[in-house]
Amino acid sequence: MVGHLLEVKNLEVEFTTYAGVVKAVRGVSFEVDPGEVVALVGESGCGKSVTAQSIMQLIPSPPGKITGGEIIFDGENLLEKNEHQMQKIRGNKIGMIFQDPMTYLNPVLSIATQVTENLRLHKGMSKKEAMERAVELFHLVGIPDPEIRLKQYPHQFSGGMRQRVMIAMALACEPKLIIADEPTTALDVTVQAQILELLKELKDRFQTAVILITHDLGVVAGQADRILVMYAGQIVERGTLDEVLKTPQHPYTWGLLKSVPRLDADKSRKLTPIWGQPPDLLQEFSYCPFMPRCDYAMAICAEEMPPFFNGGRARCWLNHPQAPKVEFKKEVS
Amino acid sequence: MFNYIVRRLLYSLAALLVVVTVTFLFMHIIPGGPFQREKALPEAIRKNIEARYKLDQPLHIQYIDYLSHLIRGDLGPSYKYRGMTVNDIIRERFPVSVELGTVAILLALFLGIPSGILAALHQSKFPDYLVMFFSTIGIAMPSFVIGTLLMYFLSYKWGLLPSATWGSPQHVIMPAIALAGLPTAYIARLTRSSMLEVLSQDYMKTAIAKGLPRRRILWVHGIKNAIIPVVTYLGPLVAGILTGSFVVENIFAVPGLGKHYVTSIYNRDYTVILGVTIFYCVLLIFMNLLVDLVYPLIDPRIKLAERKEQV
Ligand SMILES: Nc1ncnc2c1ncn2[C@@H]1O[C@H](COP(=O)(O)OP(=O)(O)OP(=O)(O)O)[C@@H](O)[C@H]1O
Ligand SMILES: [Mg+2]
Repeated sequence: MVGHLLEVKNLEVEFTTYAGVVKAVRGVSFEVDPGEVVALVGESGCGKSVTAQSIMQLIPSPPGKITGGEIIFDGENLLEKNEHQMQKIRGNKIGMIFQDPMTYLNPVLSIATQVTENLRLHKGMSKKEAMERAVELFHLVGIPDPEIRLKQYPHQFSGGMRQRVMIAMALACEPKLIIADEPTTALDVTVQAQILELLKELKDRFQTAVILITHDLGVVAGQADRILVMYAGQIVERGTLDEVLKTPQHPYTWGLLKSVPRLDADKSRKLTPIWGQPPDLLQEFSYCPFMPRCDYAMAICAEEMPPFFNGGRARCWLNHPQAPKVEFKKEVS
Repeated sequence: MFNYIVRRLLYSLAALLVVVTVTFLFMHIIPGGPFQREKALPEAIRKNIEARYKLDQPLHIQYIDYLSHLIRGDLGPSYKYRGMTVNDIIRERFPVSVELGTVAILLALFLGIPSGILAALHQSKFPDYLVMFFSTIGIAMPSFVIGTLLMYFLSYKWGLLPSATWGSPQHVIMPAIALAGLPTAYIARLTRSSMLEVLSQDYMKTAIAKGLPRRRILWVHGIKNAIIPVVTYLGPLVAGILTGSFVVENIFAVPGLGKHYVTSIYNRDYTVILGVTIFYCVLLIFMNLLVDLVYPLIDPRIKLAERKEQV
């Protein structure tokens, strides 16, 4: 194998707010290989977007600041690059798709302008070449009548169509990595499925690596090669799709799995959300941050932060060789 | 589009009629008339003059008479300036006001917009405080104070510029600055706040994520959104500057329409008061219509037909 496309090492991100310093990301490490789909899942506020935006250095500063770690992309540490060097990577080597296609497109610029501008910038295309490429991209992402649609403005597009525009924009320069931050959360269910299908198809076709951010494990199932589960600014479980879905090892992952609605499940299965609230990220943790909400908490959980066990699968004391054996009750499927 | 304009014009006409009627009535309610002086004219002469201008007729006859001339675009003769019609006066005086107003508006735009953007980009830092400081002064200080100060220093103390009257480019500078003070300050604040809002919008993040250079993000993605409130303000502003320059015109003895308007009120020069009021109204209506037509060019979400009527 050619080595990792992206390597995030011990990433730390803080926000200075009136209430104090919010430690949004606390030593996150993971890798993405070429052509691979890595899903980043977790509850709202656990730091998924901040992690993703750190890669592109989109964290608004102030209040945000990347306080530690390395982000190695294609063999180079992005955190050492200056603004000008980052501009050559953003939208060119790494594309980004955001959550809400309603607000992430500029309302007063034509779709053509928005889709062609990075082609002209990064690929040095002429206006005509860029337009031809845009038409091609629209065919690719399934927007009918590209010539007409390109002349229009965002408000003339439906939500699903706008997300296709966002995808076309992200794909335009054939990036090696696409970061999709909850690309379907703002869309209705049928459109969600279409967009996910499209992403998968495009990824297979162009061998683009994808970081897929979601709080919905259901979205992940059909898509990802590997899963990273995030909680309170840390990765608490990681593994291949099968490992995490079939043999999850962290009670938090169990909770996430139990709260996924499934159409095919028999009626006896209860949908149980995880009780309680995620912790306040202003505090430092000397113990397992999930402990207060954990049904299986032990004495050690309140005393010491668990390390990764089982070859780095999960951060949970239950995986300690001396811990009592608790099995995840597989009422799922 | 065409329907929209026609409908707008009809509404405007109705509004205009109200303005004409109200102004007409008020003017006649105020005691005194164009031919009453401290030193009374002999009764017979006054009667004679009033008969000539039909001022001895009942009010409703005068009103109908006035309207019938108005429809033909005839604003009537001036009572004060013998041999001049109101149309002549406007034709002669208005270009001066336009010249002064244009300079003031350009000043306000070219100073106000960039300083608003500068302030927004350096929010809560020195440039922001500087712009906010001057814009507060600009809003708080009336034009006659600015005008007087300018005159005191630039002409009286240092003798750099002519203090009054009209004719050369140097004559334009001080009144234009005095006139531009408030709108510059207002535009700066408007631009600042709308730019701040735009900067926090999601689409700006998309623009950064596409790797666009800062220049393009700001000037293409940012300004075009941030400028929308300023354009909205432009209609009333242009009309306001063109019609509201009488204070400044008076201070600097600029022979514009505003100065004449004030004088004609002292003189009870009925037709001039009425004529200029109507002229100003038409100007205001026209400016607002113009802005509404320009608006969709900047903001594609706006469709003319859907806009709320505002005259
Ligand atoms: N601009 C900011 N200022 C202050 N705190 C911030 C800012 N952006 C993010 N945070 C903090 O960082 C934490 C993580 O936010 P993040 O947006 O990464 O969550 P998320 O996992 O993407 O959640 P969601 O599913 O809601 O998108 C949040 O708790 C939030 O308080
Ligand atoms: Mg998020």
